[in-house]
Amino acid sequence: MEKDIREDIAWAQINKDVLRSLEAPRPLYWVILLVALAMMGVAVGCEIYQYQTGIGVANMDNPHAWGLYISTFIFWIGMSHSGTLLSAILHLMHADWRKPIYRFAEAMTTFSLMTAGLFVMIHLGRLWQFYYSLPYPDERGLWPNFQSPLLWDAMAIFTYLSSSVIFLYVGMIPDLAICRDSIHEGWRKKLYSLLSLGWEGTDRQWRNFRVTYLMVACFLIPLAVSVHSIVAADFAMSQQPGWHVTSFPPYFVAGALYSGCSGIITLFIILRYVFKFEEYMTLSILKKIVRLTFAIAMVWTYLNAVEFASVWYSHDQPSKDVLIQKASGTYAPFWWGMIFCGSIVPLAMAFKRVQTNIPVLFAVSLLVNLGMWLERWMIVAPTFSHGIYPWTWDHDQWPSFVQWGIVFGSFGWFVLLFMVFCKVFPSVSMYEVKEMVYHRSLHLKKSETAGRGAH
Amino acid sequence: MSQRHILALFNNFKDAEAAIYELRAADIKGFNFDDLTLKSPIEHHEVEEILGQRSSKVQWFTLVGTLLGGLLGFFLISGAQANFYAQMKGGKPIVPFPPNFVLTYEMAILGGVCISILGFLICAGLPAKRSSLYSAKVSEDQIGVLVKADESAMAKIKGVLLNHEALEIQEEAGK
Repeated sequence: MEKDIREDIAWAQINKDVLRSLEAPRPLYWVILLVALAMMGVAVGCEIYQYQTGIGVANMDNPHAWGLYISTFIFWIGMSHSGTLLSAILHLMHADWRKPIYRFAEAMTTFSLMTAGLFVMIHLGRLWQFYYSLPYPDERGLWPNFQSPLLWDAMAIFTYLSSSVIFLYVGMIPDLAICRDSIHEGWRKKLYSLLSLGWEGTDRQWRNFRVTYLMVACFLIPLAVSVHSIVAADFAMSQQPGWHVTSFPPYFVAGALYSGCSGIITLFIILRYVFKFEEYMTLSILKKIVRLTFAIAMVWTYLNAVEFASVWYSHDQPSKDVLIQKASGTYAPFWWGMIFCGSIVPLAMAFKRVQTNIPVLFAVSLLVNLGMWLERWMIVAPTFSHGIYPWTWDHDQWPSFVQWGIVFGSFGWFVLLFMVFCKVFPSVSMYEVKEMVYHRSLHLKKSETAGRGAH
Repeated sequence: MSQRHILALFNNFKDAEAAIYELRAADIKGFNFDDLTLKSPIEHHEVEEILGQRSSKVQWFTLVGTLLGGLLGFFLISGAQANFYAQMKGGKPIVPFPPNFVLTYEMAILGGVCISILGFLICAGLPAKRSSLYSAKVSEDQIGVLVKADESAMAKIKGVLLNHEALEIQEEAGK
């Protein structure tokens, strides 16, 4: 059986390999960066175009008040759950195979949340209008409505983003000290010296570090669950057909973990190649993530079925009509696309040969995330198009190129932030990989000694 | 008597562990075992155990932060709601508990996380100036044992450290 990591990698070699990623990635890195910039340029262009022409070009109307933006907001919030799963949940379970890959998953969490936050502003039209929606009592008489799930959402996302940034940073301090000690001059040296806070790896520092990391990990798990439950509450607490469903919170959380895991597979494959991390991001670790993703895919499929069944047997006619309209109306190709990409495509992950086949997995992970994006769109748009009152129905509204362009650009924005992060900060945790190698080599020695004793 | 610092670098935990054991067992005048610091590239529970009960207090910061965050959240929100008496509430309670619970919960977590980090910085003594007796090799693959002792004890301590195959010894006059 292939190992998660070689036990005989020298610690100095681990430093060397990871620090190399800060200097000389493969040329594909620059291609990805340029493509991401171009994608972001599309979004900026669309934004400027709508300011110059008028917000109407985004083709948002009543009842389609949220358009693609809120669907994409939910999608990015979902992606952020990957970091919590790998860092916090697997940390508490002592699954040490997470160690070479959790850092980039945590970075994914942070940048996904930053991208999601953008959509809250973008969906208002003119970005600066966001100022007027800030919930605080002021002379304009805008009162915050604490009973609104939208306000809970703002608070939950703020807490999640702050905690994720803190978690990412604190977990990186020992590695920043390695960077400080290994890089001898320039702005990087200054940056790492400042951020490493004078870390020297003393027993006092490690002891407190361990406890703090554990504490924050314990907080992040319920926090992540609460964030996506609250996003679900944005819908489920309303009386709209198709949204007022009891199973929405667990359904949203499962969906978030699912798309997050799938995102990890995509980025795992990219980073492994671009930064030459083949020694650390091994096929054995990839196999474990794939199996985890498959399990979550099945949970998501089940919860999807539960949602349909609850609507079907609820005898709530408007909700039933929305479900029928999803499966057979204007949105049918996308709804069936969601079922195909979210529930059928992941079945490929059940096959051993696929679990380590990088090109196939890359395609599967992208398709799964396409399905998960469609899922969010299929939650938002059909209900708006087919509400309780027939005179508000609008089945033919189609998002304009401005909406599509901004959504497309958000992927560029995310990739840009992520790739810049990976070039400036170590995307593989050096000290944790050393721990992994150390403990595994000790274990190996013990088993060899025990084996010799038995003979 | 003036105190001095000495840093010994070891190739592995086993040698460092043995040296610490011997220093702990040896009754060297002018050396207090609590003045010994281990510096390592990874956290190592076994060696830390030899150092004795040096517990962390971060949990207390976490507890206080969580409670304060929750209380602050609840009273901030309730205070704001209580100021809304001018608004028509339609018979609904001025301070509704169910929605406030959600926000209180989030604030409790935020308080817990932020104060835990503050606790970490305080307990770990960070940010700190790097000590002059520091070797970059500690962040790579070597284990450092930093000892503070009276000048008279230095010869014996150095002997113990060298006996256990210290790769290098750095010395500095203490304050």
